[in-house]
Amino acid sequence: MAGLSKIILQRLLLGIATLFAVSIIIFIAVNALPGDFAQSILGQGATPEAVAAIRDQLGLNASPVTRYLKWLGGALQGDLGVPMSQALFQSFAGASTGGDVITVFDQIVPRLKNTLFLAGVSAAIAVPLAVTLGILTALYRNTAFDKAMNVTTLSAISSPEFFLAYVLILFLAVLNPVFPSLSNIFPGMEFSDRLNKTMLPALTLTLAVTAQMMRMTRAAIINLLASPYIEMARLKGLSPMRVIVKHALPNALAPIITVIALNLAYLVTGVVVVEVVFVYPGIGQLFVDSVKIRDIPVVQACCLIFAAVYILLNLTADILSIVSNPRLRHPK
Amino acid sequence: MNALIWIIGGLIAMLGAAWVFRLGAQKATNNKPYFRDLPLGVAFGYVFAAVALTFSVWYFFQPRAVEGVPQAGVIFFRWAVIGILGFAAASWVFRTVFRTIGTEGSKKLFRSMPLTAAFGIMMIIIYAFVSIFAGLIAPYGQEEILGAANVVAGGDPALGGDPEFPLGTDQIGRDILSRLIYGAQNTVGIAFVTTCLAFLLGGTLGFLAAVLGGWLDQLLSRMVDALMAIPSLIFSLLLMTIATAWAGSEAWLVTIYMIFIIAVIDSTRVFRLSRAVGQSIVVMDYIEAAKLRGEGLGYLIFREILPNALAPLLAEFGLRFCFVFLTIASLSFLGVGIQPPKADWGTMVRDLSQFINFASFAPNVAVTPLLAAGAIALLTVAVNFVVDWMLHKSSGLKE
Repeated sequence: MAGLSKIILQRLLLGIATLFAVSIIIFIAVNALPGDFAQSILGQGATPEAVAAIRDQLGLNASPVTRYLKWLGGALQGDLGVPMSQALFQSFAGASTGGDVITVFDQIVPRLKNTLFLAGVSAAIAVPLAVTLGILTALYRNTAFDKAMNVTTLSAISSPEFFLAYVLILFLAVLNPVFPSLSNIFPGMEFSDRLNKTMLPALTLTLAVTAQMMRMTRAAIINLLASPYIEMARLKGLSPMRVIVKHALPNALAPIITVIALNLAYLVTGVVVVEVVFVYPGIGQLFVDSVKIRDIPVVQACCLIFAAVYILLNLTADILSIVSNPRLRHPK
Repeated sequence: MNALIWIIGGLIAMLGAAWVFRLGAQKATNNKPYFRDLPLGVAFGYVFAAVALTFSVWYFFQPRAVEGVPQAGVIFFRWAVIGILGFAAASWVFRTVFRTIGTEGSKKLFRSMPLTAAFGIMMIIIYAFVSIFAGLIAPYGQEEILGAANVVAGGDPALGGDPEFPLGTDQIGRDILSRLIYGAQNTVGIAFVTTCLAFLLGGTLGFLAAVLGGWLDQLLSRMVDALMAIPSLIFSLLLMTIATAWAGSEAWLVTIYMIFIIAVIDSTRVFRLSRAVGQSIVVMDYIEAAKLRGEGLGYLIFREILPNALAPLLAEFGLRFCFVFLTIASLSFLGVGIQPPKADWGTMVRDLSQFINFASFAPNVAVTPLLAAGAIALLTVAVNFVVDWMLHKSSGLKE
C-alpha cells in the first residue's frame, strides 16, 4: 500500500504545481490589459489625483513579481482584494473608508454556495439516471430502445445549453407551468422552494451531462462482455441482468467513476451559460457580469476558483481510477 | 404533487398491463419460448412504447385552436413531429438517391450507412451551401433596417405577420430569415476558420513534439498541461475581457481576437491528440527507413506521418469544429463574441429570447429564438452523427 500513497502524493503535488502555473497564467493575462490599470477604471476624464489614489490603493506601483506574490499570498488566506466597482466608489468618496468594504471574497462565497447547490442537485439527478440508463442500454443493446437512446443522447450532448434551456422553459414553464423559469434564489429560503426554483437549470445541466456518462457506462460494460468470466456466468444460467449487474459492472467501475468525476468538473464550470439563461445567482453569473464591466479583481478570483475546482475534480478522477484499477495500483 | 401521483399511478398501471400482456401472449401462443422467457421489464417497454405512440397520435390530431384560442402545446408538438419526420424522410430520400447514383465506392458507402449519418451528411451539405451562397439566397441584407419592426413570423397578416417577411422582423426591423442565412455565413465560417487555425497550430506542434522529443516535447507538453487545467469557456471569457479592452471601439477587432483566442485554446486539445498519434507512428519501421534515407523533418511530418494520422485527425476535426462552434455561439450568447451589427445565431437567441414567454397565446412569436438556437443545434447534431458513424466504422465494433 506504500506504493499507492506515494502515487496519490505525487498526483497531489502535481495538482498543486498545476494550480500554481494556472495562477501565473491568469496573472500574466490580466496584466496584459492595455494602458494603465487605474486609468482604465476611471476612464479618460480622470484627474491625476484620483489615478494616483487608485494606483496607491491597488498597489500598482510595485513590480509585477511583488504584486503577483502579494495577490497569491492574499488568495491563499481568502483575501481576494476589493471589486473595482468598490474601488471606484471609494476613489470618488475620498480616502479608503475601511471597515465596511465589500470584498471580492464576500461577493463570491454566497454565490459559490448557490452554484455548488445547483451542481449538487444536477449530479443527484444525473448520476443515478446515467448509470441506470447505461446498464439498460448495455442489457438491451442493438434493440430499438438502444438506438433511440443513442440518437437522443447524441443530440442532447451536441446541442448548445441555451437551446436545451429554452426548450425546457418552453415546455415546463410557459406551456405547462410546472417550474418557474426564473431562479431568484435568496438566502433564508425554504429548502423545498429553493429546490423548486433550482429545478429547471438543474434539468438543463442534467440533459447536458447525462448523455456522456450513459454512453461511457454502456461502452465500459459492453467492452467486458467478451471476457471469459462473463461467458462463464452466462453458461451457468444466470439471467442477463444478473450477469451485467453482478459480474460486468464491478469491473467496469473504473472508467465509469472517472467519467462521472470529469462530468462533475464540467457541471461546476459549465454552469455559466445556464446560470445566465435562468438568472440564477451563482458564480457563473457573477463571472459574466464582471467580464462585461471588466471588474478585473472579480474576474481574476472567479477564474482561479473555477480552475481550482476543475483541477481538484480532475485529480479526484485520476486518483479514483488508480485506486479502482489493480493494474495501475501496482505498476511494473 | 398531483402530477407526481398521476405519473406514478400511470407507471404502475402500465406495469400491470405489461403483466397481463405477457400472460395473455403466453396463453395465446401456447407458451412460445420468446414469451415464456420474456422479462417483465421488456414487456413493460412494449406497453410503454405503445402508450406513448397512441398518445402522440391522439395529441397530434387535437384541434389547433379551441374557440379562437390557439392551443400552443398542440401546435408546438405538431411542429416538432413534422420537423422530425420531415428530416427523417428527407435523409431517407437522400440516402436512397445516392445509393443509385455516384461512383461504385460512394454507392457502397451509402448502402451501409445508418439513417442518422445520412441525415448528418445531408445537413452539412445544406449548411455549406447556404453559408457559401448566403448573399444570393438571402432576400435582404443582414444589416438592412426595413420598414416594419417586430413583424410576427408566419406571414399571416391577421396575426401581425407580413408575407414579405416569412419569419418576421426583429426589434429594430431587420428581416429574421436573411439574418439566419447570413448567420450561417458568419457563425459557421468563423468557426471553420478557427478550427483550421487550431489544427494548423496544434497539429504542427504535436507532430514536432512527437518526432523531436526531448526538451521541446517536455516544454510544449507541460505548457499544454497548464493551459488545459483552466476550463476552456472560462479561460476564453477571461481572455475576451482583455481582448475587448484592447479592441476599444473597433468591434471587428474583437472578432479577430476571438478567432485567435479560441484557436489557441483549442489547439491544446489537438496537440495532445496529434502528439499521441504521432508517437505511435514514429516508432514504425518505415519512419526508421525514411530517417536512414536521410529525409528531412518536413518530409517526415507531411509525407510519412500525416497520411497515416489522417483518419483520427479527421474525426477529431469534426468534434473540434462542434466544440469551437458551440464556444463561439455561447460567447456571442453571453454578449462577448461576434459583435453586432453582423448577424450571428448566438446573439440572435439572446436578443429574441424574451419572446419565448408569449408561447402560450402566440406560438408564432415564440418560435423565432428557437429557430436560431435550433440552427446551431442542427449543425452540431449533424456533425456529431457523422463523426459517431465514422468512429464506429473505423473501430470495427460489431456489438
